Order: sequence, then structure tokens, then C-alpha cells
Amino acid sequence: LLLPLVAVLVPEFYNFSNPSIGGVPFFYWWQLLWIVGVAVCVGIVYHLTRRTR
Amino acid sequence: VIPSFNGLEFGIVIGMFAAVTVLGFVATRWHRGASLTSLEEWGLGGRKFGTTVSWFLMGGDLYTAYTFVAVPALLFGTGAAGFFAVPYTIVVFPLVMFVAARMWSVCNEHGYATAADLVRGRHGSRVLALLVAITGIVATMPYIALQLTGIRAVFEVMGIGGDWPLWVAFVVLAAFTFTSGLRAPALVAIVKDILIYVMVLVAVSYIPYKLGGYGFIFHGAQSALAAKGYGTLLTGSQYLGYTTLALGSALALFLYPHSVTGVLASRSQDVVKKNMSLLPAYSLMLGFIALLGYMALAAHVKPVGGTAKAPDTTTIVPVLFNSQFPHWLAGVAFGAIVIGALVPAAIMAIAAANTFARDIYRPYIRPSGSYRQEVSKFVAMEEGLVCQIVSVILKLGAVAVIVSLKLTFALEFQLIGGVIVIQILPAVVLGLYTRWFHRWALVAGWIAGMGLSVCMLYVTKSATAAHFGSASFALSSLGLHTKVTIWTGIVGVVANLVVATVLTPLLAWLPRSRDETSPDETQPAIRIAGPVLGLQRSGAQPPYRRQQAAWPVAGPPTGSVPPAADAKGLGRHRRRA
Repeated sequence: LLLPLVAVLVPEFYNFSNPSIGGVPFFYWWQLLWIVGVAVCVGIVYHLTRRTR
Repeated sequence: VIPSFNGLEFGIVIGMFAAVTVLGFVATRWHRGASLTSLEEWGLGGRKFGTTVSWFLMGGDLYTAYTFVAVPALLFGTGAAGFFAVPYTIVVFPLVMFVAARMWSVCNEHGYATAADLVRGRHGSRVLALLVAITGIVATMPYIALQLTGIRAVFEVMGIGGDWPLWVAFVVLAAFTFTSGLRAPALVAIVKDILIYVMVLVAVSYIPYKLGGYGFIFHGAQSALAAKGYGTLLTGSQYLGYTTLALGSALALFLYPHSVTGVLASRSQDVVKKNMSLLPAYSLMLGFIALLGYMALAAHVKPVGGTAKAPDTTTIVPVLFNSQFPHWLAGVAFGAIVIGALVPAAIMAIAAANTFARDIYRPYIRPSGSYRQEVSKFVAMEEGLVCQIVSVILKLGAVAVIVSLKLTFALEFQLIGGVIVIQILPAVVLGLYTRWFHRWALVAGWIAGMGLSVCMLYVTKSATAAHFGSASFALSSLGLHTKVTIWTGIVGVVANLVVATVLTPLLAWLPRSRDETSPDETQPAIRIAGPVLGLQRSGAQPPYRRQQAAWPVAGPPTGSVPPAADAKGLGRHRRRA
């Protein structure tokens, strides 16, 4: 769960325009990608906490 | 520039508006409980929404006119810094997943309907509960106002100026929430979200296609922003502001009364947790919508309204749609924005009204004896009625705020609300996990944090206002030679925590209050320290039962904090099947 926090809360990691995808600077697609990332992380934790019940 | 009035657009918006109104009234009958008059039924939909409805409700709740109007406006105005909304909605879910689930189970067990109920039960302090209630209501007002700004922006772009569309929206909103309660926005939210999703997909593919691709858009935005001294990347001095804003907004989000309402209206704890992993789908939408701000820059869209010095940037998304889409499509988009603003406004008004009825009206204006009597049917009905009336008053207040204030960035409304609401974090969230903090220390912390935040907000200037201009505090105000800004709420909440922590040992001589959520008052406070992440409630039930049998009276052996330590406290609120 900490992974997405660090990944998006430290702008030093992603404040670049390259590499860009289809004209979208890195700054933007990196953060958009992490939206999917966080959904996956939280989903994993949800299933883990549920299964061990 | 006054845009021309288009009959087709107007007709579509009015038609959609009418359809939603009908739906709102129909909602009264939907999954109806025994009576709609009690607060439980009216204000929480009977606490029985499943995963899908909760998803739409919370989504409609958290992603609002703020999303379609304010965030793109911020990107349009200030470039990369406006994109903080994306990390904000990313970090919120890991942060609140367990807090929200735990809050659900405690509140469900004890029939709490608001955060202030929870605080009163947990800390046994009426003063603290009152502070929490007032904070929540005050912080919600600018948020409702933000929604209405969105509606006004749409009508302005359609060529209908003035404040009367706001009043019409207000009457419709008031009428259907009055009769249907939380069911109305829940049902409408489903329609609204489907509309919005379709619109966003169309917008993020059609507009770039028309303009010449994303490369062109970012290039155009960069050159337009450079002229204003901003850019599509952050500068070094913006890092701290960006991080604190994202983190702080995320922490504040689930403290708002309407978020609590959304969580508590779920059927089970499982629904709450599952939604935390499903809700980011909305964030993806938010990210794309934010980029509409750059599309507007690249398309050389000029905002409508405001003054030449401080143009009303909230209108840029409607203007963009108006200039790029055919009229019928623009009409549908406008309708979607208007409905998208009405739904959260309704939920917020209901939530704030719940808080008022439960935590201000009942204990202070109409104290009616013991707890048993309060649950009587008559009082429940009366409470429901108060709730309905207050929700109308609140909406009226929000319209008045909008009509009297004209702010450049609608978003600042929400950020200032966030600064205020985050001050209840120690009492509510930490209170869910520990009773170590003394109640009067928490009160003092609230006063310190709120006082400091308000002072900092007061000295913050903006282009249009001498005070309360922005929620970003410039460190240069302290005499530092730097352009670094920091989100005011973070500073306030740190002060809040420091004061609460320092004062707790100092106030140890005062008697501890009773904890309603724990039947055994004599248990030491450490018993709560176990479920730091709320994991073992769902994660270790069988061992917890065994251990409970092993230590029937004395509690756990010292030196360890096994789940059983929590057996008499919050941990016994197991999820419902």
C-alpha cells in the first residue's frame, strides 16, 4: 500500500517530460498509470484480508 | 464575450434536468423501508446499499463538479500544479481503506450516523463532538457552493447569465431530496455517472483528434502557459506545495460529512473495502478530464464572464465543449455537468443536515432525556423532519454564498474547506484506533490547529482577494526568501497533533471519560493499540476467539498486544455476513 504513495507523492521521481507516449509527457502518463496501480494494490490487499478471514 | 443562445442545447439540458427530477421523486419508492421519516431511512438510505450502488454513490460523492469544472480550470490557469488532483485521488484509497472499514463497523454497531456521533461515543466528550459537527458543516458549505459554481458556469456559457438558473436548480434539488432523502441522489448518481463516462470518452478522443493529437495539445499548452510564467512541468519550488496538497486533500476527503454518509450507507464492511479498489476508476476519469484544461489552452479557448484581469476560468470546459462539439452533443455534455453537480450537492446537504440533527439539534436544542427515549419513534420522526428542513436551509445558504462571492478559482473553495475539515482528523481517525489522547487535549489541539490555519488563510492574498485568497501558504510570508508554498491544512493539523500529544500527559489528572464503544471501562488504553491497520478484525477471527477463551478476565499477558486485547473494544465489531 505504501508503494503508490511514494510513487506519486515525491514529484522528484516523475517531473520530466521524457519519455513521452504519443505526445503525453512522462509527468502525466506516470501519474495516470498509478491510478491503475493503486486499484490493483488495494484490490490485492482486499482479497488478502478477505481470504485469511 | 457573451456566447449566443442556442435553443437545441438549452432544450436538451432542460429535458435531462426534468428527467432527473422525475427520477428523484421515483426514488422515494426504491427499496423502501418501513418509514421514510426517520433519519436512518432518510439520511442513510436505511444503510443497505450494495457494492454497485455504493460505488456510484461514493463516486458521485467524491468526484463532483470539482472534477469537471474546477480541476481543468486550474490546469488551464496554473499548469502542472493543477494536476495535484491526480496523486490526491491516488493516495486517498490506500490511506482510508482500513479507516473507512473500521468506521463503518463501529458506527453500524452503535447506530452512529455521523463522525460527531462517533466522537461523542468514543471520547465521551460533548464539546469535542460539537466541534466536530460544526467543523463538518462549515467545511461542507464551500463544497456545495463549488457544485453550484459549476452549474452557473454551464448556464453562462449557454448564454443565460444571472443567478436565476441557480435558484431553479436549488428548488428542484430541495424538492426531491426533501421527499426521497439519500435514495434520490443514489439513483440519480447512476444515470449521471454513465453520462459522464460517455462524455469523457468522447471528449478525450474526439477533441484531440480535431485539434491534432496530444503532442500538439501539450505543445500548445506549454507555450500558452509559458507566457503566464507557468509550464506543463513543476518547478522545484512547487514540489512541497504539490505533495502536501495531494496528501492533505486525501486525508481530508474522508472526513467530510458526505463521505462519511456515503461509507455508512453501505450494506457491509466488505462493500466499503471492495469499493476502495473499485473507486480509482473514477480517478482515471478525473485525470483525463483534467487534461481538458490543456486542450482548452491549445484550442485558444477564452473563458466567459469575470473581468479582464480575473477571468472566470471555471467556464473553460463548457466553452471548450461549445466550440468543439456539435450543438446536440454539447447540450448532452452540459446536461451531464449540471446533473453531476446536483447529485453531490444533494448528498452534501443531506450529510450536513444529518450532522446538524444528530449532533447539534438533539443534544443542544432539544435534549430529550435518556438514550432509550430518544430512540422512540416520535423523536426519530422529529429528527428526520429537522434534518429535511436543515438540508433546505443549507442549500439556500450555499446559493447565497455563490451569489454574493465571485471567486476566480472555484477550486479554492474546496481547498479551504479541506483545511478546515482536516482539523477533526485526530479526534475522528486516531480516535478509531486509540483512546490515548485525552479529550480536552484533543479540544485544545483542535483550537490550536484551527486557529493557526485560519490565521494563515487570512494573510494569504490572491489576485482578487486580500484575505482567504488561497489554501497554499507562501513561506515567504514568514520572511523566508523562497517561492515555496505549502498547503495550510498540513501545518494546522501538525500543530493540532503536537498540542494534543503534549497536553495528554499533562491532563492525566483529569478523570477519563467513558467509552461507549467499549463495555469494559477498566481496560487499559493499550488494548486498542493492536489493530493498527484494522487487519486482525477480518484477518484473525478464529485465533481471536481462542485467545478470548484463554484470558477470560485478566486480559492479555503484558508485553504483547494480540488481537484478543481488542476483544472488548472496537475489535468485536465483526463484519456482518
